[in-house]
Amino acid sequence: MEPTTAPTKPQFSPAAQAEIKRLLTHYPEDRSKSALLPILHIAQAEFGGWVSPEVQDLVAETLKIKPIEVYEVATFYTQYNLKPVGKHVLEICRTGPCMLRGSDELTAHLERITGAKVGGTSPDGTFTLKEVECLAACGFAPIVQVREKYYEQLDTPEAVDAMLSELKSLVHRPILPWEETGLPNSLKNY
Amino acid sequence: MGRKLLTEHINVEGINTFEVYRKHGGYRSVEKALKTMTPDEVVEEVKKSGLRGRGGAGFPTGMKWSFLAKPEGVPRYLVCNADESEPGTFKDRQLMSKLPHLLIEGMITGSYALGARTSYIYIRGELLYVLRILEKAIAEAYAAGFLGKNILGSGYSLDLHVHPGAGAYICGEETALLESLEGKRGNPRNKPPFPAVQGLYARPTVVNNVETIAAVVPIVNEGGDEYAKLGVGKSTGTKLISACGHLNKPGIYEIELGVPVEEFIYSDEYCGGIWKGRDLKAVVAGGSSVPILPKELILKTAAGENRLMTYESLSDGGFVTGTMLGSGGFIAMDETTCIVKNTWNFSRFYHHESCGQCSPCREGTGWMEKVLHRLEHGHGSMHDIDLLVSVAKQIEGNTICPLGEAAAWPVAAAVRHFRHEFEWHVTNPKEATAPGAAYRGAPVLA
Amino acid sequence: MAKITFDGIEVEVPDGTTILNAARQIGGSVVPPAMCYYTPLKGSGGKCRACLVKVSAGSTKDPRPMPKLVASCITTVQDGMVVENTINQQVLDVRKGIVEMLLINHPLDCPVCDQAGECSLQDFAFEHGVSTTRYEEERRTFEKIDIGPLIQLHMTRCILCYRCVYTADQLTPERVHGVLGRGDASEIGTYIENIIDNEFSGNVIDVCPVGALTDKTFRFKQRVWFTKPVNAHRNCENEKCGGRVTLWYKGKDVLRVTARKDEYGEVKEWICNTCRFDKKETSDWVLEGPAHINRASVISANHYELPVVNPQVLADLPESTTRELERNPPLRLGGING
Repeated sequence: MEPTTAPTKPQFSPAAQAEIKRLLTHYPEDRSKSALLPILHIAQAEFGGWVSPEVQDLVAETLKIKPIEVYEVATFYTQYNLKPVGKHVLEICRTGPCMLRGSDELTAHLERITGAKVGGTSPDGTFTLKEVECLAACGFAPIVQVREKYYEQLDTPEAVDAMLSELKSLVHRPILPWEETGLPNSLKNY
Repeated sequence: MGRKLLTEHINVEGINTFEVYRKHGGYRSVEKALKTMTPDEVVEEVKKSGLRGRGGAGFPTGMKWSFLAKPEGVPRYLVCNADESEPGTFKDRQLMSKLPHLLIEGMITGSYALGARTSYIYIRGELLYVLRILEKAIAEAYAAGFLGKNILGSGYSLDLHVHPGAGAYICGEETALLESLEGKRGNPRNKPPFPAVQGLYARPTVVNNVETIAAVVPIVNEGGDEYAKLGVGKSTGTKLISACGHLNKPGIYEIELGVPVEEFIYSDEYCGGIWKGRDLKAVVAGGSSVPILPKELILKTAAGENRLMTYESLSDGGFVTGTMLGSGGFIAMDETTCIVKNTWNFSRFYHHESCGQCSPCREGTGWMEKVLHRLEHGHGSMHDIDLLVSVAKQIEGNTICPLGEAAAWPVAAAVRHFRHEFEWHVTNPKEATAPGAAYRGAPVLA
Repeated sequence: MAKITFDGIEVEVPDGTTILNAARQIGGSVVPPAMCYYTPLKGSGGKCRACLVKVSAGSTKDPRPMPKLVASCITTVQDGMVVENTINQQVLDVRKGIVEMLLINHPLDCPVCDQAGECSLQDFAFEHGVSTTRYEEERRTFEKIDIGPLIQLHMTRCILCYRCVYTADQLTPERVHGVLGRGDASEIGTYIENIIDNEFSGNVIDVCPVGALTDKTFRFKQRVWFTKPVNAHRNCENEKCGGRVTLWYKGKDVLRVTARKDEYGEVKEWICNTCRFDKKETSDWVLEGPAHINRASVISANHYELPVVNPQVLADLPESTTRELERNPPLRLGGING
C-alpha cells in the first residue's frame, strides 16, 4: 500500500455539483461570483456543518475566484461555521423579542441538559450551542434554529425535549434537509 | 374588521400551490398589466396608490420607481428585499411561506413596470426553508407560463431567481444587499450613486421590501385610487404588523392603516391585551431601531390625541415624544420589563451586526454596548448615562448607512424616557441586578 | 467646470472633482483631513468619516443644504455648491468625535511605533482631538503577524481604511490579504497565514496611514524625525517601477527606502520591492536632493526642514547629483538656500 502523503482534497458530491450548476444559471456569465453565498451554504451542508479553509479553497476554485475573496465572505456572515461543530447546531435567538419571552432561560436550560456551553459542543458531539441574533419569528418566541428548521415557542421543558428527541432521531441528508423535518408550526396551517 | 388586501386567503388550504392560488384570483394583476397596460401605466397606478415602502423607511414606492434610470441597451433589475431581520419584524417570512405566489405575482407585475428582464428575491440565509417554498412556487409559475419567455403571449419575458444571504442584518440595507447578491461582504456602498442609477452589477436597480411588492398586486387589480381610499391621509392601504413581546396574541395582523394603537393592543380582534393580566410599560412600535415609547406616549400623543397606527400619527411629536411606524415590528413590554436590560440587548444586536466599515458605527456600537452592559450589571455611574447619549449622538447621522441611526436611536430614546431606570441601576445596583429585577415605579415623561 | 465656495473661498474645478480635491486646490489649513481616502486608489474613501463637511447649499440649481454632513472625499462638486469646513462648529464637533472613535481601541503606543512622526492618525489627533479619553473599557488587541519576511502587520493599530486592500487589488495580480470578520472584530489578514509575496507588495506600507503595516527592515532602527529624506532614482530593471524614491538617511546609512509622497501623504509613483528593500547603498542611487515635507505633522513641527541637508551627506553625494542640485535647486531648501 502506498503511504498517504496529504489529506484528500474535498470534492463536491454529484448532487451538489448539479445544484451548483443550476445556481450558476441564475447570474450573468461574467458575474458567477454572485453564487458564492449559496455555494458556501451547499459546502457547509456537504462537509460536516462547517467550512474549513480547504473547503473554502474548493469553493474558490469552483467559482474561479481568489481564495481571499471566499475567506472575506465566509468570515463576514455568521451562518458559516469556521470551526468543527457537533452533529446538530442549535442556534438560539437571543435578541429582544425572544429575550422578553425567555430566551435567557432557554439558553441556560439547553446548556444544562445538553452539557454544551454556548459556543461549544456537548461531550458526546451531538449538540453545538450557538447564540444568534433575531431570526424573524418574534411572535413565536423563544426560537431555536437547527439547520433549516425553526423550533418555536420553546418556553416549556416539554417543548425543548420534543425538539431534542426529534433531532436525535434525524438522519442527516445534505441539500434538502427540511423535507424530513417539516415546517415550523407557525407556518403549517395550510 | 378592516379589509385584508394581502392576507385574505392566507389560511386557505393549499394556497401555496399555483392551482389554488390561481383559483382565488391569483395572477390577475399580471394578466391585467401585461395585456391592457403599458409599464408606465403600472408605475402611475402605484404612484396614485400612495404606497410607501414597507421595509421601514416609508419612502413612496411610485416615486422610487420613477427614479429608475433607463439607459438604452442596459439591463435593469428589480430586487426584492426579503432579508427581514429587524428585531420584532416577522411578517415577510409569514407572507412568503404561506403565500409564495403573491410575492411572485408582485415581482412579475413590478418587473414589467420597471422593464426588468431578470429579477431576484434576496432572502435571509436563515430562511432557506422559505427559499425552497419560493423556488417550488417559481417552478410552478414557469410551468404555467407566468415566468420565462413571452409571458402570456405579451412579448414580455422575465426570469426570477431566489438568492440566499447567510446571516447579516446589514444586508437589509439596500446597497449592502446588492453587494451580498454580487457575492461580496455586506458592506453598504457610499451613495451617490444610488441603486436607481448604479445598483446590481452597476446597472439601474430598484430594491423593494416583500410586502411592498406584494401590495402592487391589489393596487394593479383594483387601481391605485381604490387602494388610496384605504387608510388615513398619506398612510394609505393596509400594513402587516408583526406583534410580539408580552402580548396575549402575538402574530401577524394585516390592518388598515389608521387603527388606534390602543385598539390594536387591547382589542380581541388584534393582540388581545397584555399577557398574564399585567400592565403595559413600553412599546417599540416599528422594529428595534425606532424610539421606544412609554405606555402613556404610545397610546396618546403628547397633545393628548389618540395615537393611530399610521406613519404620521406614530411620528407625531418627533423624537421628543413620538416614534416611527418603521417596519411594523410591534414589540410590547409589560411592567416587569427591565428597560436597561432591553436597551443593552438591542445595543448588543447592533454591535454584532455593524459591518465595521466606517469608524463611528464600528467603534461606537461596541462602546455603547459595553457601557450598557456595565449599567445593567450594576457597575455604572451617573456619568455613564450621559456618556451613552453623547456616544449615540456621535454616531447618528455620521455613518455610511442608516445602521448608525438604528443603533443610536433606541439608546437615546431609552435614556430620554426611562432615565429613572438607568439611575436606579446606578443607585441600587444590588436590587437592580437581582434576577428578573426591573424598576416598577412611575415613568417620567419627557 | 464648477465653481464652488469652500470656507468662503471660491475655487473653480472640473466637473466630477470631489469636494476634498477642490479644497486641496485651495490648500492650506482649510483642507479636510483624510484617513482612508487615497487618490491613486480607485474605490477608496468614505469610510473613516474624518473628512465630513457641511454642504450648506447643494448647487445653484438646487440651493437646499444637504441634510447630513457629507464625506468630502467621495462627494462630487456641483456648480454653485457652498461648503463649510473649518468655519462650521458642527463639522469640528463631529470631527472631534471621529478622533475619539478612532482612538478608543487604538493602543496609543506611539513611543514604540515606527510610524510615529509620520502617522496620519497622530496628526489627526493632534489637530482635532482632545488629550483625555472617556473610554474606560478594555481595548481590542491582536497578535502581531509577519506577512512575509519584509512586512509586519500590527492589527491593533489598524483603523480599517482598506487602503492596503485596494493597493493589493490594483497593483498585484493575486491579492492574498483582505478584511476578515465583521464589525469591530474585523481585521486585516490572510486567514491562513499566507505570506504576501509580490514584487509590489511593499507599497502597502506606504499607503498605511498608521503603524499597522511597517517595514521590517526599518523596524526600531530610528525615529523618523532623526532621519533625513533625500530624493533619488535609479534605472530599475522592473519596467513597472519608475525607480524614483525617497531615501531616509541616518548619517551615511540609508535606513529605509520609500516611494515619494506628496503633501497629503499620497504616493505618486509606486515602487517595487527591489528598490524598497534591497537597494540600501547610496551607490545604488542617483541622488536628486533633499525631499521636502510640507504637511503639518509631528515630523515637521520641530522646524524639521532646516537641517534637511546634512553637510556630511552633501559631501558624500556623487558629483552628478551635486551638479544637478546646483543647476536645479529644490524649492525651499532651508539651511542651504534659505
